[in-house]
Amino acid sequence: MRFSLGKWLLPTYVTLAFVFMMIPIGYTFVFSFNKVEKSNIAWKEFTFDNWLNMCGQPVVCEAFGNSVAIAVISTLISTALGTAIAIALGRYKFKGRSATNLLLFLPMATPEVVMGAGLAAQFLNVGISKGFWTIVVAHVMFTLSFVVVTVKARVATLDPRLEEAGRDLYANASSVFWRITFPLLLPGIMAAAMLSFALSFDDFIITQFNSGPETTFPKFVYTAAARGIPPEANVIGSLVFIVAIAIVMVVQVRASRKAKKLRS
Amino acid sequence: MAFVALGQGSSGKSAAPTKASRVAFILLAPGMIYLGLFFLTPLVSLVITSLKTASFSGEIGMYDYGFQVSNYAYALEQYFPQITRSFFYALIATLMALLISYPIAYFIGVKARNKPMLQAFLLTLVIAPFFISFLLRTFAWKQIFSNESPATQFLQSIGVLAPDQYVIGSSFAVIAGLTYNFIPFMTLPIYTSLERLDTRLVEAGSDLYATPAQTFWKVTFPLSLPGVISGTLLTFIPISGDYVSASRDFLGGSDTAMIGNVVEANFFRIQDYPTASALSVMLMAAIVVLVSVYVRKSGTEELL
Repeated sequence: MRFSLGKWLLPTYVTLAFVFMMIPIGYTFVFSFNKVEKSNIAWKEFTFDNWLNMCGQPVVCEAFGNSVAIAVISTLISTALGTAIAIALGRYKFKGRSATNLLLFLPMATPEVVMGAGLAAQFLNVGISKGFWTIVVAHVMFTLSFVVVTVKARVATLDPRLEEAGRDLYANASSVFWRITFPLLLPGIMAAAMLSFALSFDDFIITQFNSGPETTFPKFVYTAAARGIPPEANVIGSLVFIVAIAIVMVVQVRASRKAKKLRS
Repeated sequence: MAFVALGQGSSGKSAAPTKASRVAFILLAPGMIYLGLFFLTPLVSLVITSLKTASFSGEIGMYDYGFQVSNYAYALEQYFPQITRSFFYALIATLMALLISYPIAYFIGVKARNKPMLQAFLLTLVIAPFFISFLLRTFAWKQIFSNESPATQFLQSIGVLAPDQYVIGSSFAVIAGLTYNFIPFMTLPIYTSLERLDTRLVEAGSDLYATPAQTFWKVTFPLSLPGVISGTLLTFIPISGDYVSASRDFLGGSDTAMIGNVVEANFFRIQDYPTASALSVMLMAAIVVLVSVYVRKSGTEELL
């Protein structure tokens, strides 16, 4: 008896934990099909209307577009800056390494409300009015460290002899970088870019402090929560979820195929 | 993922760094200058703003540079319940997240080790909540906890809740929301620690007649400690500054406000920037002190 209990206890607990984790996702999805009159709190009636007419609430789509634009721009900047730092940390000796590491660690250990209020106080003191570009500035700031950590893990696995071989074959510094280093780092850089995009796209707290009148998708949802979130927001949230899961599955299938190839 | 990498600490063997610090400088400078300008100086701005005095003109939202330390006393006095509540909620939610995450991480990292497909599938499930806006997830909990929801009505019908008693707006609802939102941040670092656990050590434990519980507490748990520590930090720190779950528009009620809610209200509604800044500075200081004590006590300073 004790044996079988021990055997089933962990799988049961884990299954229940996963069910718990999936409940809100299911709710968001189900309520995207709700026919809404006043608020989308309780279930009324099934309808496809929200999906067929997802920009019926024009503000939702505009906010979504802003979020995508901000995430793309800030990801490009933070991936470029962060990759350079990761290469420097993994490849070169320099003074002030521990200070550099500390400055990179700090943003990950600072509550968002502190970073958000700090940057907002700075914009206020300097007299910069907030909008689209102040959000981009803020997002690059808080995603940068995550890019560095992710790319650095990849730099650590890089065999320096490959670059040496390139140099021995009279390749100059830039072609060694673009032909050897960069392609080898690419999976790490892509992972960092995806993480940075996801962090930026879903950020609310830092964004609220530094957005002024500009709206993003999370900011729209937060403001709408007082009156009730329109089902169109659930539609967009569900769509983003489906696309993201599809990307993750493609990446994983590719990775496992590659691993199989390497083994055989 | 970054959390995974963070969980590994500085263990990544970097291939012997080579000379040429001038190149390193060129690579580092843009990013570090950026962080200096938009991360470090804002912290200084926060301190400067926290010491400002009300403007002579008496206009709302206008402040003059000053050295009014009493802003801190005012903030502490005025918002003491919210400050203690933040750390209390953060502590409970972190412990709850640990209780939920550890078995998940153990199952994926140790039990499912020989089944790569299952492992990949379960890891995808762990990070799945990241792909749906966290505000929508929190709002879904509002629907689940709402007075009209089947869950609440069921609890009322079996007598767990009195007919006029509701879940929404309670500390329980806020802590549940906070716990839920940060489970992946706890699970991933613990998973990375357990994934590299040498199972022969566990076998050695049972060979030496240790009970499963003894082996767990003497072998498995200590070896997973780096993951537990980075997981608890990645959960505790953001929760202590969160203000979405505790907001009245989401899961909170009239007496669930946390520091974040107060900072938000002072910044946007009341436009009392000095108080908002003083609260943020105190939150940051408290986190720095707590984290350094915690990390030192648990003896994993190399983590940073």
